[in-house]
Amino acid sequence: MSVPLDEVAQLVLNGLVAGTMLAVPAIGFTAIYAVLRFPNFSLASHVTIGAFAGYVANAAGGWPAWAAVVVAFVVAGAAGVVTDQVVLRPLRPAGALTTAIGAVALTIVLENVVRFGFGNDLRGYELPIRRDWQWAAVRIGPQQVENLVIAVVAMVAVFAFLAFTRTGKAMRAVADDPTLAGLKGIDAERVARLTNFGAMGLAGVGGVLLGLDTTIDPLTGFRVILSVFAAAVVGGLGSIPGAVVGALTIGVAEELSLLSLAPAYRTAVGFVAILLVLTLRPRGLLGERAY
Amino acid sequence: MDNYLVAMATFACLYALLALGLNLVWGMAGMINLGLVGFFGFGAYVSALATRRGGAPITAGVLLALVLTAVAGAIMALITARLRGDYLAIITLGFSEVVRLVASNEIWLTNGTDGISGIPGPWRGRVTPETFNLIFLAVAAVVVVLVLAVLQRVRHSPYGRVLRAIRDDDQVAAVAGKHVIRFKVEAFAVSAGVLGVAGALWAHYTSFIAPDVFVPLLTIYIVLALTAGGTGNNWGAVVGAFLVVFFLEGTRFITAVVPGLGAVQVAALREGLIGVSLLVILRLRPSGLLPERLPRVAS
Repeated sequence: MSVPLDEVAQLVLNGLVAGTMLAVPAIGFTAIYAVLRFPNFSLASHVTIGAFAGYVANAAGGWPAWAAVVVAFVVAGAAGVVTDQVVLRPLRPAGALTTAIGAVALTIVLENVVRFGFGNDLRGYELPIRRDWQWAAVRIGPQQVENLVIAVVAMVAVFAFLAFTRTGKAMRAVADDPTLAGLKGIDAERVARLTNFGAMGLAGVGGVLLGLDTTIDPLTGFRVILSVFAAAVVGGLGSIPGAVVGALTIGVAEELSLLSLAPAYRTAVGFVAILLVLTLRPRGLLGERAY
Repeated sequence: MDNYLVAMATFACLYALLALGLNLVWGMAGMINLGLVGFFGFGAYVSALATRRGGAPITAGVLLALVLTAVAGAIMALITARLRGDYLAIITLGFSEVVRLVASNEIWLTNGTDGISGIPGPWRGRVTPETFNLIFLAVAAVVVVLVLAVLQRVRHSPYGRVLRAIRDDDQVAAVAGKHVIRFKVEAFAVSAGVLGVAGALWAHYTSFIAPDVFVPLLTIYIVLALTAGGTGNNWGAVVGAFLVVFFLEGTRFITAVVPGLGAVQVAALREGLIGVSLLVILRLRPSGLLPERLPRVAS
């Protein structure tokens, strides 16, 4: 069986764009894991909350895409801090797995809050229709490029924040060794709140990117969550650069799977990737070091 | 009304099986399974296909479901046995999604989202529907009693003690010379098998299965049942399952209490309530209605 090279090039390009978009919520998931040491499944509903917040700003408020991204970051981030303080923080003493169960219950509650307000209908952002750009046999849509730019800007901001700000360094210190960080006078609770705000904000941005790309409904976040897990686990759970590498890997793998699998199985690729990585290299491509 | 009660009792028995299965891993061994609906659905499809397409007798279908879900569970436990429990949480959640994907898309095998209908039930068609319901309730109750008896035996045996040791501190268990990975994989496989049997019984009872029967919400129902009943306590699992069915049926009356809501809003309110009640119990009474009491050690 021969596969036309043009098609592969197109799929790899699509995969890199999709992977970059996936990296945004994946960074959020892995950052919470690095700092709070539990898989926060409620990220799914924060993706949805961000997608709907951006939708309200864009479709009802008539704001441009970049403004919708900012709105989604703030709304989802704030929701993340509030729900964590009220719901998940009190569960943390009972252990990571109990908190994980609480997070699944929380995601169901939040998803239904969105459903109660907006119903189950598919909704689309108000976007101008533009012609794809073409080089040789490879095409790319202006919207894809815009999403790519948004995702890259968000990621650069994250890395700059972690590398250069005092708070970013405190976050890395807590991720590295909470006890040592505490001895140095770092307030772990404050770091936890900031991590939640930033991480769930990124989840919200991821939701807007999905909304700009396709349509949204209350299950938007849940549908993408398997790919987010896969990105985080493949890169190394708790590693932020790992989440980026993992997301690009999963993005490309999901697109390339179209060569031999039905499109519906794209998300199953993430599951297979998790199984493979855990079997062969459980710490993931980049290990578990946060940064 | 009688039929309604019989049906609810049967569903409660099936939920009790799921809660017992979950208790074996989560309550006794401290391993999480957030995709138990995946094992439930997998068992349902295996038995439905074996009997409907393969022409196998119902008991053979149920046994096949038991074996295959146990194998699937063993594989997942084996892959994550050496890792932190979070990985098992992620992988089981992923498994349940993949089961739903395959069930929705392999139309040649599963008939896709239309589902499989006409799944045979014991003596269905040869007796009146009322009698069938009673027969099935008896079958489900017998299976619950059997599983309960076996798991109670496990709980009070040295084997159960090792599982609890692993739950509380697997390093200590390993230092005491216990083969932790073997115990984890075995417990998870047996638990998955129980979930698979529950799925198979569900299929033979309702005679119809489709991918949207096996939604993640069902996992939450069962976690709620076990947590409310008492994590670690087999009787708690059974009592919790009956409570959850009662509660779920109770929420149907929301429409009467809060008028002026659309159908989607009522559904959202009901699902939200389930999540909220799990969170409230985790927060206020994590040990449940019947807290685990450790068996007395003979001196």
